[in-house]
Amino acid sequence: MLGRLSLSAIPLDVPILVGTFIGVLIVGVAVLGLITYYGKWGYLWKEWFTSVDHKRLAVMYIVLALVALARGFADAIMMRTQLALAYAGNPGYLPPHHYDQIFSAHGTIMIFFLAMAFMTGLFNFIVPLQIGARDVAYPFLNNLSFWMTAVAFMLVNISLFIGEFSQCGWLAYPPLSEMQFSPGVGVDYYIWAIQISGVGTLLTGVNFFVTIVKMRAPGMTWLKMPVFTWTAFCSSILIMATFPVLTVAVALLGLDRYFGMHFFTNDGGGNQMLYLNLIWAWGHPEVYILVLPAFGVFSEVVPAFSGKPLFGYKTMVYATCSIMVLSFLVWVHHFFTMGAGPDVNAFFGIATMIISIPTGVKLFNWLFTMYKGRIQYHACMYWAVGFMVVFTIGGMTGVMMAIPGSDFVLHNSLFLIAHFHNVIIGGVYFGYVCGMNFWAPKVLGFKMNEAWGIRAFWFWLVGFFFAFMPLYVLGFEGMTRRINHYDNPAWHPWMLIAEVGAVLILFGVVCQLMQIFVSIRDCNKPENRDFTGDPWNGRTLEWSTSSPPPVYNYAIVPHVSSLDAFTHDKENGIDTRQAGAQYEAIHMPKNTASGISAGAFALIFGFAAVWYIWWLAAIGLVGVIATVIARSANKDIDYYIPAEEVARIENEHTRKLMAQAAE
Amino acid sequence: MSNPNTSSSGESHGSVSSYLIGFVLAVILTVLSFGVVMSHSLAPTGTLAALSVLALVQVLVHLHYFLHMGSGSEARWNNIAFVFTVAFVSILIVGTVFIMANTSINMMSR
Repeated sequence: MLGRLSLSAIPLDVPILVGTFIGVLIVGVAVLGLITYYGKWGYLWKEWFTSVDHKRLAVMYIVLALVALARGFADAIMMRTQLALAYAGNPGYLPPHHYDQIFSAHGTIMIFFLAMAFMTGLFNFIVPLQIGARDVAYPFLNNLSFWMTAVAFMLVNISLFIGEFSQCGWLAYPPLSEMQFSPGVGVDYYIWAIQISGVGTLLTGVNFFVTIVKMRAPGMTWLKMPVFTWTAFCSSILIMATFPVLTVAVALLGLDRYFGMHFFTNDGGGNQMLYLNLIWAWGHPEVYILVLPAFGVFSEVVPAFSGKPLFGYKTMVYATCSIMVLSFLVWVHHFFTMGAGPDVNAFFGIATMIISIPTGVKLFNWLFTMYKGRIQYHACMYWAVGFMVVFTIGGMTGVMMAIPGSDFVLHNSLFLIAHFHNVIIGGVYFGYVCGMNFWAPKVLGFKMNEAWGIRAFWFWLVGFFFAFMPLYVLGFEGMTRRINHYDNPAWHPWMLIAEVGAVLILFGVVCQLMQIFVSIRDCNKPENRDFTGDPWNGRTLEWSTSSPPPVYNYAIVPHVSSLDAFTHDKENGIDTRQAGAQYEAIHMPKNTASGISAGAFALIFGFAAVWYIWWLAAIGLVGVIATVIARSANKDIDYYIPAEEVARIENEHTRKLMAQAAE
Repeated sequence: MSNPNTSSSGESHGSVSSYLIGFVLAVILTVLSFGVVMSHSLAPTGTLAALSVLALVQVLVHLHYFLHMGSGSEARWNNIAFVFTVAFVSILIVGTVFIMANTSINMMSR
């Protein structure tokens, strides 16, 4: 009846988990209780959960990403603390079984649920506004994507309290992840979380590709498109091309585990090396999926705060596109040590080094944008300049590891860990946080607190160097990744320094939470409110509408005649909004509960499949399919905002603009 | 109410009969493939050649009848997407063969 599930699956014998569970329970009950007390369920359901408005979904994605950050960072600091303690006979406080789950969960959560969710949040908010569209191409799929991602994250967190999570690292390499060596439910949780969130990500890729191809404002030709939109476009292409590879690789692993097949087993003709090949054919493009939009953010932020157009717009576009193509051709550098000969390793090593050329072009473009600019050191610029320094170091250590000979020494050592945190924290995370600070006034209508933003930056930057520079040293000293405890006295001081770094980053995270809290508390102070819709003297279309934008984004779809369309209009005295024009009724998509319903059934399916509760899995699967069919047959999915309503909203905004100008 | 978001004029979505023709062709090609293997009527190299040809025709049938390649006003984007897909799939397949074969030889595992 309940498959493998029994009461013994609840880890009551692990005090850390019991404590966490009680904590989560208290906070969860408090949050749910407060929502009920203030009667906000209807509001949340109508305005957020069922919303197909890309702006609302963007906020939900970013909230999801911040929750994932909390979970992923808790894992990180636990690992660092374990390694600061577990030295010379001291076993530390995390037994190997628990420790292995923590590093697997840390990687899985940080990539799939922090970085991907944050990225999708930024896409959702900015891309439609930046191209002058009223929504994305497929608003319902957008909502469905969100719920697929959200329930996959829930599934990962359920594994914390019911059963266990994978102990095989964030990519679950076979043969360790096969039934023979991992008979528990951990890998199955991993498989279904990846598959469900993969559906969401793939649909997001399709959605934004179509949106950018089909829904650009009139006049916005390819080379008049803002750079962030370009990077979102290239990311979407990479998602569409590579996420199916991940899905297939993980599905084959699932077939091995569920049906006793032999794709990646040691026996029966299986070949585990093929899994490495497939997973990295997705995995390498994945890191470019993440970092290209971060490059896009910097390409918007640096010009805005330097008071100059972006230096070398066309080279920036070509660099983005060539990185997109090259990212397909480098995946072997993740497994040079697998045993391929010099032909293969040399080809992929050189291809990897070539990627640093377009990346270097980008870096110089940002530097030349700042050169002789009127730079305002806003919190966003701190993140941008910090990125340039940190990412350059990470890029250089990447080129070092692209040499197969040196990779043989450094492979799977802490040098590698330091390298990829160097590019992912310094590139991806700094970029997304920068983007959040930059576009927050547009999203929310008020600016984020700068003092706390700058404090968070310094803690993150200094903490990063303390936490990861020792790891480079430890890598050279031969310390490998995923070690639970060690005896080498030479390693211990470096691990202590890394622990200090982790604590500094903790302060950084706390400062970010404070920044969010203080910003919301002070949101009505006049100096924080953004009445004009253009707080930074922005260059692209999104700054021409009000903050937060009306549900339809643009009452009159703007006409684009040059790059940096809004700056062009401002310089030539053109009103991009065309205030006072003849407004027409606007056609909009209706909210729908189909996304949350499909998500809930997918969660039931995933959980049941993990525990072999087949009748429940069947209900879940049928539920997902039935929801999608019902949704497809539904014709009542749109409505019109009457012209008078549009005129009322627009005139209200015009009045505010006038009042602001008169002051 | 007809509106630009729910109607999709300009694209060819096929008809019931074109889907049925495609389906029947796909079934015939699949049965033939299984037949060639299960009847042992050809030598191994002949079987391999027959399977390759049948698979290729199968791909073309799918592209024409199910993916509507080369029809309607959306043909340009369909074709761009198709070229891109072929390019990526080739990179993946050729790359995988290159890597795995080289590894096998280098490791003397076959």
